[in-house]
Amino acid sequence: MSWEVVIGLEIHVQLNTVSKLFSGSKLSTGAEPNTQASLVDLGMPGTLPVVNKEAVRKAALFGLAINADICRHSVFERKNYFYPDLPKGYQTTQLAEPIVGAGVVEIQLESGEKKNVRIHHAHLEEDAGKSLHEDFHGMTGIDLNRAGTPLIEVVTEPDMSNAEEAVAFARKLHAIVTSIGICDGDMSQGNMRFDVNVSIRKPGDELGTRTETKNLNSFRFMEKAIALEVERQIDVLEDGGEIVQETRLYNGDTHTARSMRSKEDANDYRYFPCPDLLPVAITDADIEALKAAMPELPNARKARFIDDYQLSEYDADLLSGSVATATFFEAVTKAGGDAKLAANWVMGEMAARLNAEEKTISDSPVSAEQLGQLIARLKDGTISSKIAKQVFEACWAGEGDPDAIIEAKGLKQMSDSGELEKIVDDIIANNAAQVEDYRNSDDAKKKKKIGFFVGQAMKATQGKANPQQLNQLLQKKLQ
Amino acid sequence: MAIDSKVVAQVAHLARLKVDESDSGALSDRLNDILAMVDQLQQADVTDVAPMAHPLDVTQPLREDEVSEPNVRDKALDIAPAAEDGCFLVPRVIE
Repeated sequence: MSWEVVIGLEIHVQLNTVSKLFSGSKLSTGAEPNTQASLVDLGMPGTLPVVNKEAVRKAALFGLAINADICRHSVFERKNYFYPDLPKGYQTTQLAEPIVGAGVVEIQLESGEKKNVRIHHAHLEEDAGKSLHEDFHGMTGIDLNRAGTPLIEVVTEPDMSNAEEAVAFARKLHAIVTSIGICDGDMSQGNMRFDVNVSIRKPGDELGTRTETKNLNSFRFMEKAIALEVERQIDVLEDGGEIVQETRLYNGDTHTARSMRSKEDANDYRYFPCPDLLPVAITDADIEALKAAMPELPNARKARFIDDYQLSEYDADLLSGSVATATFFEAVTKAGGDAKLAANWVMGEMAARLNAEEKTISDSPVSAEQLGQLIARLKDGTISSKIAKQVFEACWAGEGDPDAIIEAKGLKQMSDSGELEKIVDDIIANNAAQVEDYRNSDDAKKKKKIGFFVGQAMKATQGKANPQQLNQLLQKKLQ
Repeated sequence: MAIDSKVVAQVAHLARLKVDESDSGALSDRLNDILAMVDQLQQADVTDVAPMAHPLDVTQPLREDEVSEPNVRDKALDIAPAAEDGCFLVPRVIE
């Protein structure tokens, strides 16, 4: 009998506030080490935390986006442990009264099937600093710029049963937090970090012992780490072994994982309510104001794309998945006047080039207006789809707007039928053997063999012949 | 729950406190006295009492999301036992 996989996730979402959760330190990446660590962040005696209003607002907005209850008096607690990048000796977080209660996120799988993933709760907490192990000749360097950065930790129920579902959930969560503007969503900067809890069991059995693989920072690594851990657990159990509850670290470069903390050294965090902070109150009026200001959520945007642009469910799902992609697509559609072409180009040529160069859509060298212009020229017959790819390449390389490129390179489709006719006549005259062969073929073979003449004509016109026009002309002349 | 010298050693380790084994017995006695008092508290009937996170019936004032803190790196690194390239230096920690 096969094994059943049970997956739950904990996701750290970095809130994009201007300042930190408990201090007025600037929050930004890439600053010189420790230049954005104030006395509060450094854990200096005598300092007191003051809660950032915007962080509370953003956490509550997230709660409303997943239909969760918002805690009216949420409480900060201290999670005590010693580590050099945690100067206070405790992390200020929430436990018993988190700001966001139980909620739900709907995911869609590739098969089209929909599934609900329940959210257990989400709490507000501060991030720790960074430990740097390289370049310090056997010592560890500590940079506390990140200490005190506001996070929400989202904890799911163990509702996912394979890597595909876990990744679909992670993507949907990414879409939600970027759509409501509470997180920049840049995975490479650690804006979202995933901890994956995995256990396996025989169908109908009690839940198995779970392991936690920590700090995965890409959807791809998450998928691979889950597959690896499931495989490991099956091997252990089928060899008559036992799963040990432990934290594991996944290395994406080598596709291996190792145990990080043994059970004997299990942490006892000795939580207690933080005496420096009062309960954070959220009123009915606050909640009404948040609801009124709620931006369009991914599911609503998807429905709108299907209605307004007649996109397929699949296309709409992909294009509404991130705010940046959705905004780009809508701008291309507006400029190009054709939603289906816009969808094809954004998900096809554009996505392939972005992937190849590891760029996000926001730093695409081809702007939405430029891609729209290209599509408009494609639509009005100025250029063929083959030439369009050439124009796209040139535009990507920074050679200017599509119109200017088409003009400068003389890429306009040949619309003068007299000129094309002359080229076709020449080809027929110069390829007597192929013409003979074509004329002696049956209809099915003719369809294939005409390709030779199309190819020659495209070569002669440098791809500028209108394909339909060329085909008609060839069929007529070759009869 | 009864505290013995093993628990004392574990709690001391978690708090990074150095406790001499010779003090362990006396410490367990005192901790057990405290727990006995907690046991007594737990006998109180709190069926209709909401849990309290703070003794004052007030809520947290919130701060606007603005940058107000200056860069204090030089002062902070000056008082650190060791620093290099803008970082605090500590004995190597890696799991």
